[in-house]
Amino acid sequence: MEARALTPTRIRRIILEQSKRAGVGHIGSALSIADIIAALYGGVLRIGDLADPERDRFVLSKGHAVLAVYAALFLRGWLTEDALNSYCADGSLLGVHPEHALPGIDFSTGSLGQGLPMGVGSALAARLQRSSRRVFVLVSDAECNEGALWEAIMFAAHHRLANLIAIVDLNGQQALGYTEQVLSLTPLDARWRAFGWDVHEVDGHDVDGLARTIASLDIRSAPPHVLVARTVFGKGVSYMERQLKWHYWPMSDEEYRQALAEIAG
Amino acid sequence: MRRAFVRTLVELAAANPRLLLLTGDLGYNALEPFAERFPDRFFNAGVAEQNMVGMATGLAEAGFIPFCYSIVTFASLRPYEFIRNGPVLHRLPVRIVGMGGGFDYGPQGATHHGLEDLAVMRVQPGMTVVAPADHEQLACALRSTWDFPGPIYYRLGKDDTLTIPGLEGRFELGRAQQLREGADCALVATGPVVVEAVGAADDLAARGIRATVLVVASVQPAPVEDLAGVLARVPVALTVEAHYVVGGLGSLVAEIAAERGLGCRVLRCGVRRMPDGLSGSQAYLHRTHGLASEALVETVLRALGAG
Repeated sequence: MEARALTPTRIRRIILEQSKRAGVGHIGSALSIADIIAALYGGVLRIGDLADPERDRFVLSKGHAVLAVYAALFLRGWLTEDALNSYCADGSLLGVHPEHALPGIDFSTGSLGQGLPMGVGSALAARLQRSSRRVFVLVSDAECNEGALWEAIMFAAHHRLANLIAIVDLNGQQALGYTEQVLSLTPLDARWRAFGWDVHEVDGHDVDGLARTIASLDIRSAPPHVLVARTVFGKGVSYMERQLKWHYWPMSDEEYRQALAEIAG
Repeated sequence: MRRAFVRTLVELAAANPRLLLLTGDLGYNALEPFAERFPDRFFNAGVAEQNMVGMATGLAEAGFIPFCYSIVTFASLRPYEFIRNGPVLHRLPVRIVGMGGGFDYGPQGATHHGLEDLAVMRVQPGMTVVAPADHEQLACALRSTWDFPGPIYYRLGKDDTLTIPGLEGRFELGRAQQLREGADCALVATGPVVVEAVGAADDLAARGIRATVLVVASVQPAPVEDLAGVLARVPVALTVEAHYVVGGLGSLVAEIAAERGLGCRVLRCGVRRMPDGLSGSQAYLHRTHGLASEALVETVLRALGAG
């Protein structure tokens, strides 16, 4: 399989193409994390071989945005074009939520609040095995509604799992409304900090900045790290940005043409 | 079985560095031998069972075999979706250890009565469900299953002194253990309440009624052939479980009788009522729910038209 240049624009294009082809939604959520995924798969994650037990692990806890990850796996050459084009097709491993049976997906997710606990276990395993591998978990901001997430936050801080890096996709939206209206999370950074984490507020659309921040983390002796990444839901497509309906809606032909034009800049 | 569980786990852990023990902050005066011997492989997850099972999934993905210990309801029901989407969905060797099946924690009240764990666990494909009758059977079951590749649910009883006569620690996945042979009826039981079934069989024998007694510790995979063989030979079978009659052993036996087209009548002895707020000793609650040997005898006699 051929590797291609992995850029946020290419990820966004694939998100739009595949969403349109499959006629499905969750477009805004995937666009929201496109730059974070570009940073992770563009150089942050240490993955030589997908089957290498020493590879970094990545848990997409907000599984409904996995199309961005499929795009990255394709661009890295770990997913064939035929496989990518099977997104949401009958009998495909590429569903709306990630499935671990697909090479490149470490953990199946889709039920919010379950990814961080699995990531904590994965980070603890690395410590027990004296491995230098790291564990990244991308959670949504609304996912912080889930109590189990805070169980995991407490355990990771108590055991000072420095090899664990959480990233919060702080786009301020959830399924039925804006997070401030549904169940306020503010101040989210202070909450993680109060629970003992090393908190970094970052721009979730600055690929280089994300990579630099992650490179600066002390993954040996510090507490666990969280990047509270400010993002814009639907980023890159003007009519989708901050609009709730694009959590669900598929694009019309006209909307699709406009979206492609806008992300091409 | 608390001490037998920990004793056996220590023995296995000494030879196998992959074995870890996690607890949801329970197991006082029980788990210490493991915690003291293997402090680096023992984790108190706190009162946070969902995270405990989620973590176990991450640990198992990296090659460990984590045992997650708590009281039955907190081990099985509280983190149920984490079990489903974790070790079951990922086919990983996480062990869920539920202490105190049925009414072991009788005086503690309804929140501590483990009455639906077998049902919800056996409905999960790929989940092995083990419910030993006594500490010897538990030790054997643990030794023979601990490193099985998929997830396992162990339903344990608290009592370390109860020994089922004639069982002698026998256990085999997918098999039942026969304790008595008789063609008049069958008593099929799981867990420590097996002792009531054995008592009932002995009372019935004194009345000239011969009962087969089967112990089902391997709830899943179910001992289908052993059960079908017995069900084909008797007119009446009682299932005996400290569990709701829906979904557990009674349902399992009824499914086999129906699917095989066997003419045997299956009477499910277990808990049928809604929780009524009454707590009490295990013996009291077994009597209340018709699980004491005297009640089982009466049920058999009525079914045979001899009562």
